[in-house]
Amino acid sequence: MSIATVSFEPKPSLPPPVATAGLLGWLRANLFSSWLNAAFTLATLYLLWRVLPPIFDWMIAEAVWVGDKTEECKNADETRKGGACWIYVRARVSGFMYGLYPYDLRWRVDLAGAVALALMVPVFIKAMPYRAIYGLAAILLVPALASLLFYGWYDFPPNVPEAQTHPWRVVETAKWGGLSLTLLIAWVGIGASLPIGVVLALGRRSKMPIVSALCVGFIELWRGVPLITVMFMSSVMLPLFLPEGVTFDKLLRALIGVTLFSAAYLAEVVRGGLQAIPRGQFEAASALGLSYPKSMALIVLPQALKIVIPGIVNSFIGLFKDTTLVAIIGMYDFLGAVALGNADPKWLGYAVEGYVFAALFYFVFCFSMSRYSLALERKLNTGHKR
Amino acid sequence: MKHLSLVAAGAALAMFSMAGTVEAQQTLAQVKQRGLIQCGVSQSLPGFANPDAQGNWAGFDVDMCKAIAAAVFGDVKRVKYVPTTARERFTVLQAGDADLLARNTTWTMSRDTQLGFDFVGINFYDGQGFMVRKDLNVKSAKQLAGAAVCTQTGTTTELNVADFFRTNKMAYKVVAFEKNDEVLAAYDSGRCDVFTTDRSGLAADRTKLKDPNAHIILPDVISKEPLGPLVRHGDNNWGDVIRWAFFAMVNAEELGITQANVDQMANSPNPEIKRLLGKEGDFGKMLGLDNNWAHNIIKMVGNYGESYERNVGPKTPIGLERGVNALWTAGGLQYAPPVR
Repeated sequence: MSIATVSFEPKPSLPPPVATAGLLGWLRANLFSSWLNAAFTLATLYLLWRVLPPIFDWMIAEAVWVGDKTEECKNADETRKGGACWIYVRARVSGFMYGLYPYDLRWRVDLAGAVALALMVPVFIKAMPYRAIYGLAAILLVPALASLLFYGWYDFPPNVPEAQTHPWRVVETAKWGGLSLTLLIAWVGIGASLPIGVVLALGRRSKMPIVSALCVGFIELWRGVPLITVMFMSSVMLPLFLPEGVTFDKLLRALIGVTLFSAAYLAEVVRGGLQAIPRGQFEAASALGLSYPKSMALIVLPQALKIVIPGIVNSFIGLFKDTTLVAIIGMYDFLGAVALGNADPKWLGYAVEGYVFAALFYFVFCFSMSRYSLALERKLNTGHKR
Repeated sequence: MKHLSLVAAGAALAMFSMAGTVEAQQTLAQVKQRGLIQCGVSQSLPGFANPDAQGNWAGFDVDMCKAIAAAVFGDVKRVKYVPTTARERFTVLQAGDADLLARNTTWTMSRDTQLGFDFVGINFYDGQGFMVRKDLNVKSAKQLAGAAVCTQTGTTTELNVADFFRTNKMAYKVVAFEKNDEVLAAYDSGRCDVFTTDRSGLAADRTKLKDPNAHIILPDVISKEPLGPLVRHGDNNWGDVIRWAFFAMVNAEELGITQANVDQMANSPNPEIKRLLGKEGDFGKMLGLDNNWAHNIIKMVGNYGESYERNVGPKTPIGLERGVNALWTAGGLQYAPPVR
């Protein structure tokens, strides 16, 4: 009996239809899947074609990149279509960075920036032991160090020559400005408002009536007024209430205002996270015999804060942009310093370039914050995320 | 209880008012003790007060601050510039965060009386004017009937335009924006026929246009905007220092004393020059200053005309002719009482 061997060789599978594979397939699936979508795609392409080339021309192709005098932009305007005058930004960029900080002392600001970077680098190294503790310390240490470097420590009377030459002479806060001021305010605001916000959120959920009432009152009061009002109150009204001769540094007032304002918002964000933690977690912590602080610090807050990372970063980005409001109390933050440059008699008429530069800068900063928060979310993901 | 609180309130009030009178005459002493003049300036106004990229302040109003520092200390660096917004400027001065405002502030009756300030002089006669396109062939603001006028919302500028057109029984249309740059952009893109603001701003704004030469500034001035430095009401000594620092600059121009020639002029036989430069009489002492107060001002800052030409004159981007700000001897309004 012979067994017929039947060989069974699978035929190679046919390639997918041309229209569903490769670039064409992708286009078809994503951009031209129906008549309506095709119409939208074409309309969008048309719009982009109308909008992008002029922007490209203005920002890059027709822009003036070399030179250092207004005339070079003015002449270029006559010969070309009139692109951006980026040499204006370059001429004033030092002012954008440091505001009114004395020119011969700007290295102190640079030094503060370098120190901040150096202290922050280990926070991002995974192998670093006690990274969280170190990170917290760095966040608190950096603004203190930076302020010290900004401020200096030899307070000379104005009539000695050192008051205008000494490398470590005091520079009062009114002269701080530009990007360095924006970063300092944002740093202090972010570093100080999160702990305050957490305490407020816990206080608001407290069963002790006075604590909870105080926290509710504080949060509602600060959420109920616009930040611009807070700034204005702190700079214009407060001095009238203080006794004659008692001064209270304007920057400090602004910092306190920004911090408390942002803390009130963060408190509500954190409270949202606390409410998302199932009751069982609290009870389990109690069952283990953990005290209130321990159960919060070890069980509840780590989970709650992780859930609300997007909300917290949202608040931080808001705070970062809100720092521009210090302009109304006569301080020159980054945007204020740009506005200052726009009024430079040598560079009148290039305000658009200044503002575009500022917008790009703010975008880069806020976007990197949001990317970092996404990375953090991915790292801490334990299944809550969809 | 009620009476008690009344008494307490009365006592508090009395203490405050006493503190007020003691305080009032002390600004010069305070300034000398502090070693710095706190000068309230504009946050940034091209030609009047503006820091460069290195953070050094310059401008016509800034020169006023420097002149006072030169008079009091003989050192123009002894100024702490206090940038103020239009809104907070008066509180800053009132609260003592500034010793004076040199901040393009219009001298009005209510500010001089009710707000409790003293304007010590007029260092710049400003007034609202109009800019139009040359091809409209308009020679006077009276020909603007039916025009669309670009202006800033919520300013006296807007009210002045309304008054002007109503007085002359002309119809007009307002195109108003919040910010001056928006107003200018609207004018440049042809959304209105006329751009109006103070004449000190018009010339500077004209340079920002796409084709500045296609526009002219009409000769009409429709409002009075006398700008000058001001101090707190009641401190006359300090007010005198500011007033005479300004008058010294005007007198110096009239007498032909400049930054360059002030040292030679000090030896001039002209008694007026001798008195101004402290070679004769004790005029500095009368102000509570050194007798070379005016010499220092002119040496370190220059005379009125020099400051004008350097900051806002026709050779600067601001490009303002002297006009009514010329000396009275040249047909303008700048006139300083004599030093004697």
